[in-house]
Amino acid sequence: MNEVCFKNIDKENPSSLATYEATGGYSVWRKILHGELSPEAILGELKTSGLRGRGGAGFPTGLKWSFMPRNQDGQKYVVCNSDEGEPGTCKDRDILRFNPHSVIEGMAIAGYVMGATVGYNYIRGEFMEPYYRFEEALKEAYDAGLLGGDIGDSEVNFDLHTHLGAGAYICGEETALLESLEGKKGQPRFKPPFPANVGLYGMPTTINNTESFASVPDILARGGQWFADLGVPNSGGCKLFSVTGHVTKPANFEIPMGTPFSELLKMAGGLREGRTLKAVIPGGSSTPVLPADDAMKMTMDYDSIEQVGSMLGAGSVIVMDDTTCMVAALTRLAHFYYDESCGQCTPCREGTGWMYRVLKRIMDGQGKIQDLDLLMSVQDKIMGNTICALGDAAAMPVESFIRHFRHEFEYYIKHGKSMVENDG
Amino acid sequence: MISEQAKQQIDTWVAKYPAGYQSSAVMEALKIVQAENDGSLTSELIQAVADYLEMPVISAHEVATFYENYNHKPVGKHVIRFCHNISCMLNGADDLISYLETKTGVKTGEVSEDGLVSVKKVECLGACVGAPMFQIGDQYYENLTPQKIDEILDGLQ
Repeated sequence: MNEVCFKNIDKENPSSLATYEATGGYSVWRKILHGELSPEAILGELKTSGLRGRGGAGFPTGLKWSFMPRNQDGQKYVVCNSDEGEPGTCKDRDILRFNPHSVIEGMAIAGYVMGATVGYNYIRGEFMEPYYRFEEALKEAYDAGLLGGDIGDSEVNFDLHTHLGAGAYICGEETALLESLEGKKGQPRFKPPFPANVGLYGMPTTINNTESFASVPDILARGGQWFADLGVPNSGGCKLFSVTGHVTKPANFEIPMGTPFSELLKMAGGLREGRTLKAVIPGGSSTPVLPADDAMKMTMDYDSIEQVGSMLGAGSVIVMDDTTCMVAALTRLAHFYYDESCGQCTPCREGTGWMYRVLKRIMDGQGKIQDLDLLMSVQDKIMGNTICALGDAAAMPVESFIRHFRHEFEYYIKHGKSMVENDG
Repeated sequence: MISEQAKQQIDTWVAKYPAGYQSSAVMEALKIVQAENDGSLTSELIQAVADYLEMPVISAHEVATFYENYNHKPVGKHVIRFCHNISCMLNGADDLISYLETKTGVKTGEVSEDGLVSVKKVECLGACVGAPMFQIGDQYYENLTPQKIDEILDGLQ
């Protein structure tokens, strides 16, 4: 446990340069500055490592980096997505607070591999403590001569800046994030063109999640195969999981991919006394909910979670025990997507409002039995019909909650109240 | 309209972006002038920021109204931003929000009579392992209980 992004978390001053360097930090970056590591070699190790995008989409990081036109003239950018806002997710916050140098080194390496000399770390606007910690680390790195122009006469250039968000979940979508970085409202762009061709300020850009960047230095220091072997086939390495909700010790855990969910649940202290497991959302609010029996069958990796009917997402495990009213939980999530839809695509803008209002009507005791079919119809019309994934993210909870817990919704509509006594 | 001090702060953000792309600093510029104006924006301030960054005023308005961190009505000296999303809800956020409303006499979305606090329900603040939680200023307060809320409120001046 805690092998990569969290390896210094229990040390004194975990975020300092001294702590980072004491455990091998910046050794890979120094090799690059001494001309001892080629971009091709780095891409090879990353592909071997099996590292997949830790923000939720799970796209292979090495492959993504290879899409950048490295030798094309003109400015290129590397951008870190620290706009963490998926309900249930709070891992990047801890990386920024406790291991900011791993993000800096990971981004610098990315810049070198992709021929990008400028990077931006987009941190959500509410994360002020992580922002100050990251800025401190950035200053340390500059003062130590690890960043800037022609670093240590190496002819390698890399400048890194922080950008702060201002409260919009949609900016975690990579093209909305670019719009926001350009000082616009965060509405996603059509793809293609992909950011690797037309990104920030129209120039080639690669965006990765905080945890993805933070994993890179250790992968290169210890070898792609070492990382891959930590995990299971198709899910290389270890990953941070935020376990929240009805557990006695909610926390972030960095564990090998493929760890059984039952073990992760134990690490988080298990359920409260006298309670039983009802449901689990395994990857953040946008991933389908699983009934307890299915959740207990899964191991924490991409393929296993898909087999039981959900997704690994950002690794945000929301645990719900038998006191949870599933109608209330879904209404809460529906309100979130209604609030956060950027308004660009009609199916999402209108559909999220419809879903929330119909669920609210049920909660207010005004529901009709046909409302369940209406909800299923609305989510189906959003699914796949929007520019970005927020539409699907809004649809999937509705579909999965009603499919697995239809009886609770029917009871609520018939009786005007929850079938769960201890709601909450 | 914008103080010299605010202009200096805005300039440090402008310096992060390539020449000609100073509008990338609009989000921070709006926060800076908002902070100087006791926590809320006015049309005049938005206009001033747009002028200062040489960008169309409509673009500055779009940003000011798209993002949640900007206020367009006066707010309390301390804005209590209470997360009510799923992980906090499962840990009793709704009851604590009611407790906070009763204790302060301020309903969500409103400002206390003395102008000291306003209460706002917000979406996930990304501190779910510390649920239930709220934010005041730059600070997160986690694992809240009625007693902890009392102590925090007592410390507000």
